[in-house]
Amino acid sequence: MAIVSANSNISRYGRPVLAWGVALLFFFPIFWMVLTSFKTDADAVKPEFLIWFKPTLDNYLNLTENYDYWRFATNSVITSVCATLFTLVVGVPAAYAMAFNPSRATKDILMWMLSTKMLPAAAVLYPMIFLAKGIGLYDTHVLVITVVSLINLPIAIWMLFTYFKEIPKDIIEAGKMDGVSTWGEVKEILIPLAWGGIASTALIIFIFCWNEAYWTVRLTTIDAATLSKLIEGNRAPEGLFFGRLSAVSTAAVGPIVVLGWFCQKQLVQGLTFGAVK
Amino acid sequence: MGRIVLNNVTKSFGETQVIPSLDLTIEDGEFAVFVGPSGCGKSTLLRMIAGLEELTSGHIEIDGDDVTQVPPSKRGLAMVFQSYALYPHMTVRKNIAFPLRMEGRDQSEINKKVEAAARSLNLTDYLDRKPAALSGGQRQRVAIGRAIVRNPSAFLFDEPLSNLDAALRVGMRLEISEMHKSMKTTMIYVTHDQVEAMTMADKIVVLQAGVIEQVGTPLELYHTPGNVFVAGFIGSPKMNIFSGSEAEKLGAHTAGVRPEHIDIDLSDGTWKGTVGVAEHLGSDTFVHVHDTVLGDLVTVRVAGDVAVKHGDTIYLTPQMDKIHKFDERGLRV
Repeated sequence: MAIVSANSNISRYGRPVLAWGVALLFFFPIFWMVLTSFKTDADAVKPEFLIWFKPTLDNYLNLTENYDYWRFATNSVITSVCATLFTLVVGVPAAYAMAFNPSRATKDILMWMLSTKMLPAAAVLYPMIFLAKGIGLYDTHVLVITVVSLINLPIAIWMLFTYFKEIPKDIIEAGKMDGVSTWGEVKEILIPLAWGGIASTALIIFIFCWNEAYWTVRLTTIDAATLSKLIEGNRAPEGLFFGRLSAVSTAAVGPIVVLGWFCQKQLVQGLTFGAVK
Repeated sequence: MGRIVLNNVTKSFGETQVIPSLDLTIEDGEFAVFVGPSGCGKSTLLRMIAGLEELTSGHIEIDGDDVTQVPPSKRGLAMVFQSYALYPHMTVRKNIAFPLRMEGRDQSEINKKVEAAARSLNLTDYLDRKPAALSGGQRQRVAIGRAIVRNPSAFLFDEPLSNLDAALRVGMRLEISEMHKSMKTTMIYVTHDQVEAMTMADKIVVLQAGVIEQVGTPLELYHTPGNVFVAGFIGSPKMNIFSGSEAEKLGAHTAGVRPEHIDIDLSDGTWKGTVGVAEHLGSDTFVHVHDTVLGDLVTVRVAGDVAVKHGDTIYLTPQMDKIHKFDERGLRV
């Protein structure tokens, strides 16, 4: 009896404590970053101001006045929105074709798409930079949007393919009998039925595009530079200005955290898709 | 009009040939039923007529026009699927109106047709519901409604009643038959249920492994099955089929007699046996008899109630004029 009650006590209190512990552990760096963003650079490294300090908005004012935050933020929005749209415009028809008109090569094509994600980005860094400069697209929106779209396209197609597979084939065939065109099939049947899946895919791709740093930092200087570049640019050579860097980082991740908060339900659906039928 | 002709039609999936060369004509206004065990190619054949499955070779004609390369919606056919295949995001009204909307008809005509179809199918009260809020029978009616409004030259039914419970199935069977009688439109109906085939068809096409075993009216198939397969497939309970010395005595390699064509007696008869199970249905009694010279279990159907029970000794006498004889290739002699 004693063992049973000890066990039930563990599951009653232990699990929530563990869950909270893990959640706090993950949340702590974000919390620390936000906290630090309200300290001066001098205070940020002093142990006595660890928790208690005089909050200041100087870092944020500095960000908008001296570092052109809004230009980077606008570029991030342009890149993420356009890249997400482009990914869906290419991904939806591709996934549709593979889900409803599969050929013998479909499985191999899907695996091949996924395999492109296994290539280390660094391996193609210099060819990409030379190519971009050679055709005069270096530091342009066109380049950044194209590259960010293409690296996320395999994930988008895989996600959409999985959602589309859940739609009974009979419904698509009923549509064919009823005389819908291919575009009508997508517009009248596929999109309404897979709306949740398409929204989840769009959201996740948007987040990936927003967070993309490797390529956006390396393929831009100023015109098409996103918030990732702003963070990277605040790595001052004489040492890290923690307050300033934290403010930049907070301002960069802020929008996406807010977006994620409002779309939690869609996100969980997207991340666990296919887990339970 | 809806005369459908299949010429040398074949179908292969990769290396596997599911339908070797096949010819078939379905006359205008006919109710044709494709029946056969699962995997016999009957659904594939229907889907080829619909245009949902490409032909490996051969031609399909509808009313004299070659439609082999014509897309499904342009063939003038309407299909009712086993799974109903309704559009779950649309109301009943929108589901039924969908094919008309795709044809670009004007709204007043669409409304008129949808309401007429709904009235004839008792769906008027459900027009603003979504399919999820309907019962299986109602969903099937919506699927039929969606087919009717197109005014097709032929209806194709792919096992439409398989998902319904037994009582509903009988009701829907009658409704579809009534619909055929009043509309006089060609209908092709696929089923694995030979009772559906027998009760609904003008013409039954019995298929096995993609090959047509026999084409005929229900009673032709019942009275003169062309081969052993058809003899065993058509009729419920199944025909008793036997070969060996008892068949040779009748001058055949294989012989068969239907359960309703065997008389029983408790003291005298051709074949002696022991009662295994007697199923009393009230109107009929099915007696399953073991240990006869025929080897296999013999089923006898007797009208009314018969007082036999497990373990009773029983004598069976076949009605000689009702015996079916087949040669060593299984063909009728």
